[in-house]
Amino acid sequence: MSLRKEKGKKSDKKKKNKNGPKGGKEKFSSNVQRVRKPPTEVEDRWKKVPRRRGKPMFSLPAVPKEVAEKHTRGDGISSEQANKFVSKIQKKKTLVREQKVKWAEEVAARAELLLTEEPGFLQANEGEVTKKLTQRQIAAHVDITSATKYFELDLDFGPYRIDYTRNGRHLLIGGRRGHVGAFDWVTKRLHCEINVMEEIKDVQWLHIETMFAIAQKNWVHIYNNQGVEIHCLQNMKNVLRMTFLPYHFLLATSNEDSEVPCHIRHPCDGFGFTGTVSMWCPTKKKALVNMLCHKSGVETLSVDHTGTYMATTSVSRELKIWDIRKLEGSPVQIYDLRGTPVDTSFSQRGGLALGFNNCVEVYRDWQVVRKKRAYLVHESLGMIDNVEFCPYEDVLGIGTRTGFTSIIVPGSGEPNFDAFEANPMQTKSQRREAEVKSLLDKVQPEMIVLEPRDLLNVNVPKLKERIQTKIDILKIRPPDVDFTPKNKKRGNTARKARVKKIVKQDMKKDMARQIAAAQNQILEKSGAEQPHSKKQRTSGALSRFLPKNKKKDKSLQSHAKRRGV
Amino acid sequence: MKVKVLTRNPDEYLRETTRDIHKVPRNYDPKLHPLEAPREYTRALNAVKLDRVFAKPFIGSLDGHTEGISVLCKRPKSLSTVASGAFDGEVRLWDLTTRRCLKHLQAHENFVRGIAFTSDGERFATVGDDKTIKFWKVSSPNVGEEERPLKTIVSKVILTGIAFSPKIEKYATCGEICQIWEETRNEPVRSFSWGKDSVDTLAFNPIEPHILGTSSQNRSITFYDIREAGPIKQMTLQMRTNQLAWNPMESTTYTVANEDFCLYTFDMRFMTSAVTIHKGHTSAVTCLDYAPTGQEIVSGSYDRTLRIFQRNKKFSRDVYHTKRMQRITDVVWSSDNKYIINSSDEMNLRIWKAKASEKLGVLRPREKRALNYNEALLNKFELFPEIRSINRHRHVPKYIQSMTKKIKMNYNKEKRKEANRRAHSKPGTEPESRPKSDFIVSNIE
Repeated sequence: MSLRKEKGKKSDKKKKNKNGPKGGKEKFSSNVQRVRKPPTEVEDRWKKVPRRRGKPMFSLPAVPKEVAEKHTRGDGISSEQANKFVSKIQKKKTLVREQKVKWAEEVAARAELLLTEEPGFLQANEGEVTKKLTQRQIAAHVDITSATKYFELDLDFGPYRIDYTRNGRHLLIGGRRGHVGAFDWVTKRLHCEINVMEEIKDVQWLHIETMFAIAQKNWVHIYNNQGVEIHCLQNMKNVLRMTFLPYHFLLATSNEDSEVPCHIRHPCDGFGFTGTVSMWCPTKKKALVNMLCHKSGVETLSVDHTGTYMATTSVSRELKIWDIRKLEGSPVQIYDLRGTPVDTSFSQRGGLALGFNNCVEVYRDWQVVRKKRAYLVHESLGMIDNVEFCPYEDVLGIGTRTGFTSIIVPGSGEPNFDAFEANPMQTKSQRREAEVKSLLDKVQPEMIVLEPRDLLNVNVPKLKERIQTKIDILKIRPPDVDFTPKNKKRGNTARKARVKKIVKQDMKKDMARQIAAAQNQILEKSGAEQPHSKKQRTSGALSRFLPKNKKKDKSLQSHAKRRGV
Repeated sequence: MKVKVLTRNPDEYLRETTRDIHKVPRNYDPKLHPLEAPREYTRALNAVKLDRVFAKPFIGSLDGHTEGISVLCKRPKSLSTVASGAFDGEVRLWDLTTRRCLKHLQAHENFVRGIAFTSDGERFATVGDDKTIKFWKVSSPNVGEEERPLKTIVSKVILTGIAFSPKIEKYATCGEICQIWEETRNEPVRSFSWGKDSVDTLAFNPIEPHILGTSSQNRSITFYDIREAGPIKQMTLQMRTNQLAWNPMESTTYTVANEDFCLYTFDMRFMTSAVTIHKGHTSAVTCLDYAPTGQEIVSGSYDRTLRIFQRNKKFSRDVYHTKRMQRITDVVWSSDNKYIINSSDEMNLRIWKAKASEKLGVLRPREKRALNYNEALLNKFELFPEIRSINRHRHVPKYIQSMTKKIKMNYNKEKRKEANRRAHSKPGTEPESRPKSDFIVSNIE
């Protein structure tokens, strides 16, 4: 409710400021207080109520600072900066655009008032700490529906890998010894339970809850929610970890050959390997970024939902939190842990869960403020293999050697979901529509870059380079041809002139050829560095519709001729 | 110990009955909407592709004339009626909604040169090569009655055009000389002329009803104030002007369709140079009309295409053509800003959508919102190379494409030649070309 209080305050201030210097407003306010007489003439009434164009009669209360900051889209271009523009039209256009952006920010911030749910919280009694509270105690204090979210599944095929869907409604568990279960964990309705009769290394939901991928002994298999295998990806061999990028519809995997232990969900994939964390994109074979994060091998890696922070842990019991927007310098926070975590997971509201051997510790806002004490601790019966926060719920899922445990972590989930992004209450028809919409909005893999917002900016270096290329081409000029034929005895002047002309022509032709070659070289050089300049020929299903290459390689042709093909 | 855990009551999030619409809670927190830029870009790309997919501007053609159509006129105060006059003297009134001919009359013995509706839209006047002005009623005659002109005026001079002033009870004709008439009289009130050459077309300023713009065969454009005795201004261009149209929203702006494949927009106050030159046609531009918003211009040309220009843009936004459409003689933009009607010399009128991909009929609110969103996305991303190329690409007949290439080549040649000439002459002796004013021969006040 602090939101409303602040609004009241601010609006008061505003009124005072406005009333101070201007006398016109006071007139209006005193007018209101007086008993209103019926106006004798229409004109009279208009005179008494001064109404300026563009200024509303009352102003809305100001948006609280922290809410406004949340929805901000950057500083934009100020009017001082716009004053430096050469063109007046451009200046006006820019300012109008800025105004629109400001308006959009404000409207989005004001819409916060309409959010219905409040985030969860946990407060211990005086003299106690939340760390000491057990799940049983918490479950006893919450309502029945919430209490059902603390449950344990005792299963025999562990250790288990787990995965929640993007809307947090469905859960997929896969035991090392082949057991797979997919279910709606809120209502506990089972979709399917199968045994693939093979070792399972990882499980992963695809874009909707009717499809999931399982990394088995040899290949990755895709099943539907009935447990029927619908696809086998034989070019993904010996996969250890998988992740699905929902906006790109890409399934990224790492296999045994690369010896990469972990894999995270982020538009730019990350890997941990001998102390370095590498970020990759599908269009490049080399890593975009290699960060040396630890002196010993990186054990776990997770990235928060905003793509701002990355948590890495190493064998030497270190936990470092990085700001991945910077990609350089020292980490934001460094912690010494009491053991080596098996898995880490960020929650939607900034919590971090660390799974040790048989104990899970949850920390809050660790990346922002240095804190020593854990927020919650839970000891599980079996050895932990996998932890993951459930989106849009105050729940942490733990995959252990003896099954699956779901514990309540108040305040971890985002209370208000956006139904167009992820809807926990999705119906079948909504799901179908969302699937079509998301397929239409499928982002191309080329657009996976380190900073996705750069797409909207002008590529200044490239523009400069293009201009430079043009200048370079213009600069190439043929040198003057200076030739005087040797003075032979028999030659007359006419012959000499003719010889001179022929030689000059030849030299000019030669020069033209050389210039063209040099220009091509420049163009190729600039073109080679542009990623999107030439369309790469892929061997996709639709490549047969591409225009055929008429010009074949000459050397190949001659080779073929020689061999009599 | 105080604890609160998220629990959502399904009743608040699910619709009550299957007849209700689904509840869609929104949260605009940017955290929940990652990858905004690439996703918006993808949407914009889809939007521009869909826009091209749905671009089917041709609605239908109206046939009935037995000769090429020379003039076209829309009726004020009625969206669905247009009148057309043909080379054989026949005038037809068309109903656009039913696409039928309301009536047809043999108005003149030879070419119909001009049609104009009175400002109340109840009557219209035609002029033809038989030197007559005839007034007709729009409504059909009673049963048994013969269709006859309300009034026939025999002129002493040749007539080539007629226009009613939008607000005052006067009309003007052009021909050998320019004449101002009153409806109640059979003799012209006033006559204007500047030089010997005859006047081809004329148009009243829709905002300033006393200002009249005319174009003559001697390549000049002349303006008259009908309250004064003589003309106000005259400008001469390098080539002949085929038609003149006033911007219905700005009283000082007018555009002319020129024989040199271009349209020129001028400000009447500063006639020494054009405000905008509209290029793209590959043959003489014969006719043009402004959209009622004053933001866009449609032009028809001898190259058998229609082009739509934005008021301040050099190149056309869209180009319309069909295999059967021949040289365009006249074009009209409907008063609801939705349709374009053109006549061509192969006896047909054609109706087009002003926005090629617009959906006709009533839009549901959701549809409207989606279209608006797509439009906003297009505006945001229009300068991105991929989107721009899709948005700009138009399929045109081969003869247009090759001609465009030729024109471009010519233009580049001229440019190069000029640059060479300047490079090899004494500095200052070779003036730089001014494309916006070089085509103006003279300006006389």
